[in-house]
Amino acid sequence: MLRKVTVLAALAGLLIATPALAANTSLPLKPVHWSFQGPFGKYDQEQLQRGFKVYHDVCASCHSLKLIAFRNLGDPGGPFWDRKYKTPNDNAYVKSIAAEYKIPDIDSETGDPIQRPATSADYFPWAFPNEVAARGSNGGALPPDMSLLVKARDGGPAYIYSLLTGYAPAPDALPVPPGKFYNPYLPGDLTSQWKGDAKHVPVGGLIAMPPPLSDDRVTYDDGVKATTDQEAQDVAAFLNWAADPKMEERKQTGLAVMIYLLLFAGVMYASYKTIWRNVEH
Amino acid sequence: MSGHSTYEPKTAIERWIDQRMPIVRFSKDHFMDFPTPKNLNYWWTFGAILAFCLGVQIVSGIVLAMHYDPNGDFAFNSVEHIMRDVNHGWMIRNIHAVGASMFFLAAYIHMFRGLYYGSYKAPRELLWLLGCVIYFLMIVTAFMGYVLVWGQMSFWAAKVITNLLGAIPVIGHFITTLLWGGFSVDSPTLNRFYSLHYLVPFIIAGVVGLHIWALHVPGNNNPVGIDLKGKSDTLPFHPYYTVKDGFAISLFLILFALFVFYMPSALGDVQNEIPANPLVTPLPIVPEWYLLPYYAILRSVPDKLMGFIAMAASIGLIFTLPWFDTSKVRSMRYRPQAKLYFLIFVVVCLILGWCGAHEPDELVVPGLDGFNLGDANINSFVWLSRVGTLYYFIYLGVLPWLLPLFETPLPVPDSISTPVLGHPAATPAGAAASPEKKG
Repeated sequence: MLRKVTVLAALAGLLIATPALAANTSLPLKPVHWSFQGPFGKYDQEQLQRGFKVYHDVCASCHSLKLIAFRNLGDPGGPFWDRKYKTPNDNAYVKSIAAEYKIPDIDSETGDPIQRPATSADYFPWAFPNEVAARGSNGGALPPDMSLLVKARDGGPAYIYSLLTGYAPAPDALPVPPGKFYNPYLPGDLTSQWKGDAKHVPVGGLIAMPPPLSDDRVTYDDGVKATTDQEAQDVAAFLNWAADPKMEERKQTGLAVMIYLLLFAGVMYASYKTIWRNVEH
Repeated sequence: MSGHSTYEPKTAIERWIDQRMPIVRFSKDHFMDFPTPKNLNYWWTFGAILAFCLGVQIVSGIVLAMHYDPNGDFAFNSVEHIMRDVNHGWMIRNIHAVGASMFFLAAYIHMFRGLYYGSYKAPRELLWLLGCVIYFLMIVTAFMGYVLVWGQMSFWAAKVITNLLGAIPVIGHFITTLLWGGFSVDSPTLNRFYSLHYLVPFIIAGVVGLHIWALHVPGNNNPVGIDLKGKSDTLPFHPYYTVKDGFAISLFLILFALFVFYMPSALGDVQNEIPANPLVTPLPIVPEWYLLPYYAILRSVPDKLMGFIAMAASIGLIFTLPWFDTSKVRSMRYRPQAKLYFLIFVVVCLILGWCGAHEPDELVVPGLDGFNLGDANINSFVWLSRVGTLYYFIYLGVLPWLLPLFETPLPVPDSISTPVLGHPAATPAGAAASPEKKG
């Protein structure tokens, strides 16, 4: 009887581990293998560069990346890190990328508002001056900032990838208003819009972003074939880096810490056994 | 149970200090020579683990405070600045955030140990009360700390809980305005939560001091639950329990490090990675895992004030336990019926936590269409929470005095050595002395 209850307790303990999920409102995410997954994962620098190209050519027209400075591109683990440069400020790629952008500033002599080329210290500017302008250009919807997007969505990079490659024609009984698009990977509740059988409401939601990626939408500098699938994976990896630039350092430090702690626990256990050897317990 | 102090100051400096402020004597008596029962098991290591956790939170918190900005417009970005630009800031932040969860994990195990072995019973009632005070202060600190991130969940959790306090009759509105520093949750709220979040851990440290003082008067309880017969039943705290606690802490650190370095976001909510927005309500609003059972209890009562009272009572009942429990036997090792109800209580607490993570209207068993009972479907989380809440209140409020009337406890050993040796320890502590010598 006691054993049954203990087993029940263990099962209940496992149940508590399930995250707080609303009712199943989107398709299960597509399985993708990421170079950075797992305890020994690392970012693939070439993938990060391709992902940056996708962000630069496609996403940056609407989405901001406010927490990333140009110098971060040259940080260890970043898309343009090169060990021959002491700091990202010396990095030629970082400086040339920054120089393409114009940052609002004031003239140092007259105080007049000017536009100057960005330096590595500046943060990525937004295509819009403020939220109102962004909403106005996107049918009232605000393109979210992408600095933490991967961490701010259940499923992380798999969600970004699934969403970008998962646009599907809307089912017949789902009227889609102009400016919106059906995506089965967007968590949502279509019960109010669904005109069909109430027991079979389709999963997914209506997103204001049109399918942004297509084959050869971007030309990769390293010659990799730019299929929609490839572009989605690359930009998801880049966005994962943007949200978690310290991931490699974190996992490497973790390995050293775990090895140390295992050795330390071993030494502590041996000490415990030695000190207690003469005590009946 | 601490006997006469055996400290003999050897050097002139030691004698000088001992005459003016006997702090070395005090430390030796209480943290080295203190007679501790021989038979303590690993459930007793969580006190030291908790003290360690408090130290970790304070140190990591003070370093974070050097970089954090409590103004509503900058708070979220200052946390990201810590994660990205501050040297090892990502590690310090992860340690502090995961540390809060580890602190509560250790606290719950420590409290369940107290329930199982009857550590709250006379003469340790005050020890238990001080522990309850520490627990309550921990909840307050953790809640305010979570708000400091100023993410979506931070903001809306602050809104929900501060609005809840408005349900208190007469003074409710005054309390919420005082907490808000204005007419709603905003930057002034964040600022005063920051001030209090820095303060309360030091109050906790003070109460921990009282907690250990209250422990050292009667001495530790032990798994058998009986009073010790004499010095031969004890070992000096150092080196026996310092090394055992050290080993337990090293295992605890392995679990801690697994989360800090490999799964730092696993215990958090994705919504908190989005800056606070008063105009967008995230669905669902949930607290961190360690507060989920109380969230379930709160939501199981349909009335705002009664729900708040139920939630407060669920914590308040823990305080009253020493006086409700009439059992003559301390340890549930020798109370098989009580042991069963205890295990069910542990499962119920886990189930209540599970309920707290879900929307009240959600179906427990998906696809199973139950019938409507009162205000909700019988197969909904709100009804499961109600069943759990009922058992919770019965276990803490009724069983302690009802069960001893009907249960038949097993015979309790006459000494703590009997379960190990088969007889009471006859030889004095000399046999166990000198662990530092070989042989």
